[in-house]
Amino acid sequence: MASHYEAPIRKPLVLGDKGYHDVSVDIAAPVEGKANKHWWIVFSISLAALLWGIGAIVYTISTGIGTWGLNKTVNWAWDITNFVWWVGIGHAGTLISAVLLLFRQKWRMAINRSAEAMTIFSVIQAGLFPIIHMGRPWLAYWVVPIPNQFGSLWVNFNSPLLWDVFAISTYLSVSLVFWWTGLLPDFGMIRDRAVKPFQKKIYSLVSFGWTGRAKDWQRFEEVSLVLAGLATPLVLSVHTIVSFDFATSVIPGWHTTIFPPYFVAGAIFSGFAMVQTLLIIMRKVCNLEAYITVQHIELMNIVIMITGSIVGCAYITELFIAWYSGVEYEQYAFLNRATGPYWWAYLLMMSCNVVSPQIMWFKKIRTSIMVSFIISIVVNVGMWFERFVIIVSSLHRDYLPSSWTMFSPTFVDIGIFIGTIGFFFVLFLLYARTFPVIAQAEVKSILKSSGERYKSLRAAGKPMYKIRKDGVVRETIMDSEGTLSNTDK
Amino acid sequence: MYTFSNRLRIGAIILMALGIVGMTIGFISAPGSVEEAKAIVAAHDDGHGGSHGEEHAVAGHETHDEASAEEHAAHDEHVYHQLANRPWAALYVAAFFFFMISLGVLAFYGIQRASQAGWSPLLFRVMEGITAYLVPGGIIVFVLLVLSVLHFNHLFPWMDPEVVAEDKIIQNKAGYLNPTFFLIRAAIYLGGWIAYREISRRLSIAQDKADDDSNFKKNFRWSAGFLVFYLVTESMMSWDWIMSVDPHWFSTLFGWYVFASMVVSGVTVIAMVAIYLKSKGYLPDVNDSHIHDLGKFMFGFSIFWTYLWFGQFMLIWYANIPEEVTYFVQRIEEYKLPFFGMVAMNFVFPLLVLMNSDYKRINWFVIMTGIVVLLGHYLDVFNMIMPSAVGDKWFIGLPELGALSFFSGAFIFWVFRALTKAPLQVTRNPYIEESRQFHY
Repeated sequence: MASHYEAPIRKPLVLGDKGYHDVSVDIAAPVEGKANKHWWIVFSISLAALLWGIGAIVYTISTGIGTWGLNKTVNWAWDITNFVWWVGIGHAGTLISAVLLLFRQKWRMAINRSAEAMTIFSVIQAGLFPIIHMGRPWLAYWVVPIPNQFGSLWVNFNSPLLWDVFAISTYLSVSLVFWWTGLLPDFGMIRDRAVKPFQKKIYSLVSFGWTGRAKDWQRFEEVSLVLAGLATPLVLSVHTIVSFDFATSVIPGWHTTIFPPYFVAGAIFSGFAMVQTLLIIMRKVCNLEAYITVQHIELMNIVIMITGSIVGCAYITELFIAWYSGVEYEQYAFLNRATGPYWWAYLLMMSCNVVSPQIMWFKKIRTSIMVSFIISIVVNVGMWFERFVIIVSSLHRDYLPSSWTMFSPTFVDIGIFIGTIGFFFVLFLLYARTFPVIAQAEVKSILKSSGERYKSLRAAGKPMYKIRKDGVVRETIMDSEGTLSNTDK
Repeated sequence: MYTFSNRLRIGAIILMALGIVGMTIGFISAPGSVEEAKAIVAAHDDGHGGSHGEEHAVAGHETHDEASAEEHAAHDEHVYHQLANRPWAALYVAAFFFFMISLGVLAFYGIQRASQAGWSPLLFRVMEGITAYLVPGGIIVFVLLVLSVLHFNHLFPWMDPEVVAEDKIIQNKAGYLNPTFFLIRAAIYLGGWIAYREISRRLSIAQDKADDDSNFKKNFRWSAGFLVFYLVTESMMSWDWIMSVDPHWFSTLFGWYVFASMVVSGVTVIAMVAIYLKSKGYLPDVNDSHIHDLGKFMFGFSIFWTYLWFGQFMLIWYANIPEEVTYFVQRIEEYKLPFFGMVAMNFVFPLLVLMNSDYKRINWFVIMTGIVVLLGHYLDVFNMIMPSAVGDKWFIGLPELGALSFFSGAFIFWVFRALTKAPLQVTRNPYIEESRQFHY
């Protein structure tokens, strides 16, 4: 890995007078403590939403897909919108843990754990939709190429919907393995700190006997790098394959070659926005402000701003090429988006996705936690509408005017979506109470190069340790006035 | 300070001289009229009769089939244009290819500055040297575009009033594809890119002598601004300069696809120049970790290029909509070897060679892969321009090799001349110490 030298111009990533022990204590605190009233309130609301969603799903499957607002023309709407939206949100997790690892971004270490958790929980939500939007979901196993008694009746590998099956299931499994590997040293830390036998037992089980030997660490790093190298093309290909669902078709507004990279950019965009929403709350309720700093929020805002600009560039490209192509269907598809019955959705998507992230060019705004929180929600609303606009506005008016129609969701469509949001938060809230939400092992690895204490020691030209005459090694610490001394810590 | 070695200078001049000879022969042997073109085709069929490999045999065959059709004169006119275009297209492909390298380096440089990379400041002067070629390279491309507008060649069919008069589709695009607006846009792109390059270079040199970081910060802001400008203008440039040679065809991905080709070639050239300079003892602080990082970028961007190539190809192949698919039908029928060969050179080869971490630190491995990648991306540009310019009359012969030789000589000459103008290591960059101590 990179050397320990760090340019003084870089701002500290761990604030305050934090040593190794402080990191362990701070990160283990939410796991070792008890849930407060607020947690239970939010958890109950999420659980209620989840139960409502389960009800809606059971109703759909037992009664039929006709309970949804779909019709013969618009046969994909909220189901696939939500699917793509959830998959997109999941992408930021892999991006933060894999791509930022490949780019040696040290700031990712405070956010990668939660981002990956978010990936896994949102991919689970996404994974529900391909099943429940089927007319006969009990035959869903037919999409898997398994030898069978129909003379080995096989699947057709030409459909992007089948590629989706492979993409999503691979993505979920690789993300899960990547996440869990990273968790081993942290579970080990919680295990070693646990005082109650039950906790000790559980964390011993999930930490797989991690002892942190040099050889283990060496292989751990190697595996992380290899998985990051694999997860990066995976994350690109997964959302690319999702985009193929539309782009391989011949529907005007769907068939366009820019979809693969543009969906990926949109996924990073919405995923980072979701990470931002979650972490701004988490740093507050879990007292992690020293680790998830304003600089982290600023950097995530910059990623949101960049991907927002890329998405904006893609919107303009699509509009331009629609005109340039001279294909009237294509031109109408975009005219219909802007001025048709769903103009409001298009306007929402454009203003939330293209205009709103541009205010991040101002440093005052992108370092404001309040504004970041609001924009992160705005972006996710915008990205939901992006998928809705792409899917519904292209379907409801295409080649034959005699099949033009409209779409409006029923309470079942909405109920399932609310249910997945509830499910997501149920999982995330449980995670926040039982998992180390920050990768302590990784944060400790950057503490001495990027921690505020050590940076100020270096700036002051003081040694980080002092060996007393009796041979005891003392860490140098900083008191509240910022004076540095070698004492017990 | 770097001194331009005499051997390299003479080598560059020889390349340019050979190139001029090749290109001149190309222009002289191109037909000046429809009659000459018919004579060339006839002579070609008699003299070589299939000895030139499959493509030519097929090409000759088709010529006969079509010649027997009714539109005799129109066909002859078409063949004449193809043959007359060949030296121009060869020139344009090579001119654009080398220009694209320095523009790709500029984009990479802008990204390095905007992202405050800690490993790359040692290579900033190398990158600045390569981007110096933007000025002459940009002027040459611009002159070629002006010559096209002035009807010296037939590279852009939409510039020909006779073609446009009969073509409804092109007429509908005239709001964008018209010569004046085309040249104004080209001037804006080139002006913007060159302006950023000059400003950034000046600030970079000023920072060396400054006693604070204000130049560095200014450079950071200019770089961020440039990247926004580049994101938009690069896409538009690719529609203008490349996609419009096939004015009936369109693809939304195209701009980003060209970007990928540009940036992978750019990174490759940075690595090759850095390795050369280091081998001459000019970059003592550049270690194999820096080369390893460049190797990773070569590897990563090669895969990214393939991703976009495949995305564009597969979607058009899959949907098989007639107005789009002709683009690939023609390339697969008439350019089979360059079309698929390019995928092998730009994807399979770097994938296999640069996968191993140790190999990315071995200079000759990086140079060897670099040569293949650069040739592969030359073929990529070739595949984008040639089918509409010369159709099945393509060949990599004197005009193409001449142009390639001339521009490689000019590129080497200009880049290494620019490298002598400033110390090869930036001194007061806040990240230079990180870069010097960089180990991976």
